[in-house]
Amino acid sequence: MTTATLTQTDVNTIVQGFARKKIFAFAVPGVILLYLLYAAVSFDVMGVVQRARMDNAAILLSDFWSYKTHVTRDNRNGEVTVAIEGENKGTYPAGMLPDWVTIEGGVTRVDLGDGHLVTYDDAGARYVVPGYGTVDIKPEGGKLTLTAPQPLPEWINASDNRVTTTTDAGRFTYTRSKVETFKYQPGWELFFFTLDSPFYGKGFGDLVALSLWGDRVNPAMPNIEAIAVDIWTNRMWRHGDVVWAIFETILMAFLGTMGAAIIALPLAFVAAANFMPLSGIRFACRRVFDFIRGVDGLIWTIILSRAFGPGPMTGALAILITDTGSFGKTFSEALENIDEKQVEGLKSTGANALLRARFGVIPQVTPVLLSQVLYFLESNTRSATVIGAIVGGGIGLLLTQAIITQKDWEEVAYYMTLIVLMVMAMDTLSGWLRKKLIKGDS
Amino acid sequence: MSDIAYRQTSDSVPPLTATGSAYLEMVRRKRMYGGLLLVVFVALMASGFSLAEHRNAGGFLNGLPNVFAFPSEVLAEGWEKRANLPGLIWEHVPSLIETINIAAVSTLLGALMAMSLSLLATRGLARWPRAIPLFRRTMDGLRAIPEIVIALVLIYILGGGPIPAVIAISLHTGGALGKLFSEVAENADLKPIEGLASVGATWGQRMWLGVIPQVAPNWMSYGLLRFEINVRASAILGFVGEGGIGHDLKLAMQWGQGRYDKVVAIFLLLFLTIVLIDRLSGYFRNRLVKGH
Repeated sequence: MTTATLTQTDVNTIVQGFARKKIFAFAVPGVILLYLLYAAVSFDVMGVVQRARMDNAAILLSDFWSYKTHVTRDNRNGEVTVAIEGENKGTYPAGMLPDWVTIEGGVTRVDLGDGHLVTYDDAGARYVVPGYGTVDIKPEGGKLTLTAPQPLPEWINASDNRVTTTTDAGRFTYTRSKVETFKYQPGWELFFFTLDSPFYGKGFGDLVALSLWGDRVNPAMPNIEAIAVDIWTNRMWRHGDVVWAIFETILMAFLGTMGAAIIALPLAFVAAANFMPLSGIRFACRRVFDFIRGVDGLIWTIILSRAFGPGPMTGALAILITDTGSFGKTFSEALENIDEKQVEGLKSTGANALLRARFGVIPQVTPVLLSQVLYFLESNTRSATVIGAIVGGGIGLLLTQAIITQKDWEEVAYYMTLIVLMVMAMDTLSGWLRKKLIKGDS
Repeated sequence: MSDIAYRQTSDSVPPLTATGSAYLEMVRRKRMYGGLLLVVFVALMASGFSLAEHRNAGGFLNGLPNVFAFPSEVLAEGWEKRANLPGLIWEHVPSLIETINIAAVSTLLGALMAMSLSLLATRGLARWPRAIPLFRRTMDGLRAIPEIVIALVLIYILGGGPIPAVIAISLHTGGALGKLFSEVAENADLKPIEGLASVGATWGQRMWLGVIPQVAPNWMSYGLLRFEINVRASAILGFVGEGGIGHDLKLAMQWGQGRYDKVVAIFLLLFLTIVLIDRLSGYFRNRLVKGH
């Protein structure tokens, strides 16, 4: 039996090694923590937390799953309008009212549900809140007089010019110029048909019946076509425009990725050491790739949108140029890693350079290149959303426009859902194609 | 029995000529499919480009001469005022640092998120094996949401500044890195984990001492690659939203002619930074994966 002996120096090395590791194990998380602390200070996290507009967050969240209807009376001429989201496009036409609003003579009754009742009449307006009492407002001598059980709860905000009552059922605001009630209801109203469509308010069964054997609502076309046209041209949700925008975004990604691959493939041969004996040209080609990648998509996008104006072509070209650099680099690396034996074999049969490339190289690198291209196609669908926001095309443009208005949050939610679905669909498609084309189980 | 078997094999061995023609037939079919695919692809590209051209504000051929008009205008003015450039570059270094900080913090936070998500979503390592699909779908979801969507919504709630960008990029990074991390962790050797389990280590200890040391080099390499991507993303988010060098670039662009020296300075700064980070991350990734 042999015995291993440790000299003092060995022991010292081992102990030192452990000590170093120990320090390292604590130092790395420590440094990361310190850096994050520095970042928190320099980004002013505390300030942001204080300034955060949680009321905005609440508006956003409630818009995601509900909509509100405004019942507004102009106090100067007594005219009452009922409009979904208070928008012109969502205004109920004359003679059409939701079943919770009644107008008789000069009296308007709004039933907010659960016993919450709002009445507008010539004297002013009243809001009956169950469990509390009646909030009564009368304009008197250019001021608003509020009569309500005292003390006023904090959900009533009253001044001489404006009284706002906010409950779970809705919101009631009285100013000198108008009185307005908001009723919140779940869902995305008018998603399929706007109020001016003859199909508004019909259930799914009715629509199926109408399209299959009902009489023509619009004599010019069959019902099923009229239904499709009304959905496609819906002014509130603009489904037609949205579908086009999604298509434009995918188009940008597709054209950009494929175009870049087509341009980069021959250039990659020039940049690969085993195909380009002249090192000067090779070097120049590689520097061009580096330059294109270094300038970055953002700057290319800006330059191109100056030249071509807004639209999908600009976005496609921006993706094309940026990705030519990335593809050139990865393709030439793939070409340098091929097995030379097959090329040699072709050489021995007297094949020229083009034939050697076609039959000796391309079959070897195709799986690598294809999987790269498909991966980029998927990630470019995401980039095309951002590029669309900069160049002005596709769903990115619609999304930024909807966000800038700061009120159409239900549209923002709709676009976000569509974008996520689009990216996931492209992800699945590219994964499926990769499996089909590369593993070759056709 | 043996007769039948014999006859069967003798029938099923085709003459050599048949093999040859079958092979040629296969090649022909393959070429036909390849040709068809190529025709479809070319048609798709051509119709796609013509459609994109049709829906674009300015035409491709009309715009082509202008491609160099804007850069040359900018460069000419930048060259004219080249004396200002060093000062302008220096002036924008703080916002460049902000952009890099956004990228670094979100890469760190995203990587931390990806670490836990990927370990929870890897077969053989997961804390709750039944919840693996849940964590996988979470990562898919995080990956699918483009940064700009989250950033713009958060700007509305949190106001301007770098925080919305950090949150947006970290969430996306968490999903993207989580997938890659989990692929690496799948190949980890399970023996150290079994050893740790036998001495009564908790799940956290098993992961920290048994898995992390094995996967750390590959994870770091992916993290560096992601950092590179995130620097670009944070510049773009600055341009669309707020904060960092992207925002400065947007302001300088809006100013237009007369301030193009500023644009040149920012272009230069951005270009040099991206190339430098590209090089550094490439160097370190090589060292990490190939070992020195």
